[in-house]
Amino acid sequence: MIRVTIEVNGKKVSKDAPDHTILSVFLRDNLNLTGTHVGCDTSQCGACVVHVDGKSIKSCSTLAVDINGSKVTTIEGLAKEGKMHPMQEAFKKMHGLQCGFCTPGMVMSAIDLLQNKKNPSDSEIREWLEGNICRCTGYQNIVAAVKEAASKM
Amino acid sequence: MKTFNYHAAKDVKEASKLASNSSAFLAGGMTSIPSMKLGLATYKDVIDIKHIKKLSGIKVSGKSVTVGATTKHAEVASSKDVKKAIPSLAKLAGGIGDAQVRNRGTVGGSIANNDPSACYPSACMALNAIIHTNNRRIEASKFFKGMFETALKKGELIEAVEFKIPEKSNYQKHPNPASRYAIVGVYLAKHKKEVNVAVTGAKSSVYIDKDLSKALSSSFSSSAIDGMELDSSEMNSDIHASAEFRASLVTTYAKKAVEAC
Repeated sequence: MIRVTIEVNGKKVSKDAPDHTILSVFLRDNLNLTGTHVGCDTSQCGACVVHVDGKSIKSCSTLAVDINGSKVTTIEGLAKEGKMHPMQEAFKKMHGLQCGFCTPGMVMSAIDLLQNKKNPSDSEIREWLEGNICRCTGYQNIVAAVKEAASKM
Repeated sequence: MKTFNYHAAKDVKEASKLASNSSAFLAGGMTSIPSMKLGLATYKDVIDIKHIKKLSGIKVSGKSVTVGATTKHAEVASSKDVKKAIPSLAKLAGGIGDAQVRNRGTVGGSIANNDPSACYPSACMALNAIIHTNNRRIEASKFFKGMFETALKKGELIEAVEFKIPEKSNYQKHPNPASRYAIVGVYLAKHKKEVNVAVTGAKSSVYIDKDLSKALSSSFSSSAIDGMELDSSEMNSDIHASAEFRASLVTTYAKKAVEAC
């Protein structure tokens, strides 16, 4: 067992977990933050994307202990005072989701894109979302949602 | 995933001391963690080297670009210094995996793993890189020993990779559409006295294509290698590309690289 001390969505968390605990498991099973989804579990589909110290990473391929001392933001940490994040609003408005399974990862990844590039082109959005797979194949509306969010953020 | 003991090493000495026959160094973990999860690799001890400050960072001198072992792909891709000194190296780093993999994956991890389809080994070969470890300097041509094999010994840790700045260079990749690994990747570098054409993805390990390198050393133009047929007998063949197709891709992408220089 090893102590994992991180800040998750603004709250400090300190829990013992087995050394090999994966971050996605730590978030879902230990903290009950089930908004972070686990799809392929081999770092290809991107459903598990969260932010660690402001950068998007795949939580299914990161050890919880590995990010000791870091700040983590999950999909649950985006809404402020009951108001959705502009990226969440945009996904809703532009129908950027169908089944919704990939959506938390898509949203977290897309926010990181806008941190790097304020007004990305269609191809830049598609390139950035390379590591996020939507099996409903709703990419057109996902790209439209990211563009919509870019105009609001 | 099977359990292991996690250690966060404070310095290189401690990391090396903790190493054993059943340990692994952990940097970005973009290959090692999925491998452990899939049961392809099991270790008693996992030694995290990410917190060792001196292993990270980029230094550019007049002759070379030195990238610390735990420097992430995203840092190399966005580095103004790298873009200026060896633009093709920044381009290569920016094309690895996806944005999240580039936010975690490291150059040291990539070359220590020596995946036959990884991008970085080709840069090392083409740019006559020196691999600096905690106890020696290894030339790239002597570092990559075969599929997933390197010259690294037990407890030996890569500290940095020193890439020689070429006159001109370019990297062209035919990526697997899902993983973005190279089905074929060609790194072309024109140095003062020689041209290196390093190829990844085509064979069991990265290599310098001697025929292409020789032809381009005599005449640095795409017409010098136009239609050159390469021996495909040792090339990989799988559902993505046959050996013959890979051989043809190597020439095609070498031509593209020359034209892009």
